[in-house]
Amino acid sequence: MTHDRHEDGPTRRKVLECMTWAGTGVLWSIAGGVPSALGIIDGAVAAPASGLTFLQISDSHVGFDKPANPNAIGTLEEAIGRVKALPVKPSFMIHTGDISHLSKASEFDDADRIISGARLDVHYVPGEHDFIDEEQKLYRERYARGAKGAGWYSFDANGVHFIGLVNVVNLKAGGLGNLGDEQLEWLEEDLKGRSTSTPIVVFAHIPLWAVYPTWGWGTDDSARALAYLKRFGSVTVLNGHIHQVMQKVEGNVTFHTARSTAFPQPAPGSAPSPGPMKVPSEQLRKMLGIASVTFNPGKQRLAIIDTPLKG
Amino acid sequence: MVTKNKWAPCALAVAMALSAGPAWTTESQVKIDNFTFNPPKITIKAGTTVTWTNEDDIPHTVTSSKLVFKSKALDTGDGYSFTFATPGTYAYFCSLHPHMTGSIVVEGN
Repeated sequence: MTHDRHEDGPTRRKVLECMTWAGTGVLWSIAGGVPSALGIIDGAVAAPASGLTFLQISDSHVGFDKPANPNAIGTLEEAIGRVKALPVKPSFMIHTGDISHLSKASEFDDADRIISGARLDVHYVPGEHDFIDEEQKLYRERYARGAKGAGWYSFDANGVHFIGLVNVVNLKAGGLGNLGDEQLEWLEEDLKGRSTSTPIVVFAHIPLWAVYPTWGWGTDDSARALAYLKRFGSVTVLNGHIHQVMQKVEGNVTFHTARSTAFPQPAPGSAPSPGPMKVPSEQLRKMLGIASVTFNPGKQRLAIIDTPLKG
Repeated sequence: MVTKNKWAPCALAVAMALSAGPAWTTESQVKIDNFTFNPPKITIKAGTTVTWTNEDDIPHTVTSSKLVFKSKALDTGDGYSFTFATPGTYAYFCSLHPHMTGSIVVEGN
């Protein structure tokens, strides 16, 4: 699962991100340009110590107990076990949403208990499954204190600017994911005055590119967000939602989706619906995982490594 | 007494058949499966109660585009019912997966 994309990025600007994904999580490396996938989490160990390495996990769906994976808690525990076993500790973790399956307090409790076992700071964005409770307040109370609106925010680490966006609220009939005017205005303001050489990492639940609109895999107003990001030399967009690894490079922007830790979903159009995909039990762990991303200053791309729970 | 007992079940059966006929329907079903409302469009008489049942392994909602009605999230096997008293066309969608859309056309009696 090592994907070296150093050669196929259209831009060779200053920044660099390495993103890695596999069944358990994605390990991301940022080193000066466009992101590239390095390989499995085990491969991420080789990430240079001088850069910034962080992890991505996604779509834990704690509470899910259907045939596609009757034990989503168990596979999340395995994913966190992989994180804890890394010889080089990542700086932090991002979670790209669907922490819970039904937004129950007990599901968030279980997720927090397991994920905190990694002993890393975690930066969350919500998935649509995290806003199912009647008052839509549990996610906000737990993860979005200090954030704007439904939970968007930004922060800086090692010279990289990180932006967590929310595209799972106020969805419109017949539409896709939605960022909304208020958040887009905030984004424009947040980016104002930043140097174009600043590496940008954007993370949100639903893909910010049109993966497969027929199944709702895209975001209606993402073009406006991408227009604000266009002037930057290195932009990496990390998403979840589709429970499989996909990557696309467009100009200076690298898009990457991570695996779920709970259950796989079919490739676009390969099944009647995007519902949970039942696979033989011995294959399940090959389709779940995490990713790591490494940024190495002076290099041109982020390195992304996707690591399955089981190779 | 014998005759009455003999015919009573038949009368009941006739009544049930009538209530199930299109002109007399007061209840209607919409199945949610494979991320679709099935059937996506139904026409009913005012006063009919529509029940949606989720057969997917993923939760869905039934949300009126004009917020005339809105279910909570329906997990697998959960149902939601709404009685349509007023004629009109009611568009609805799943607020979690908004590409899922349907409509209910309610005719006057």
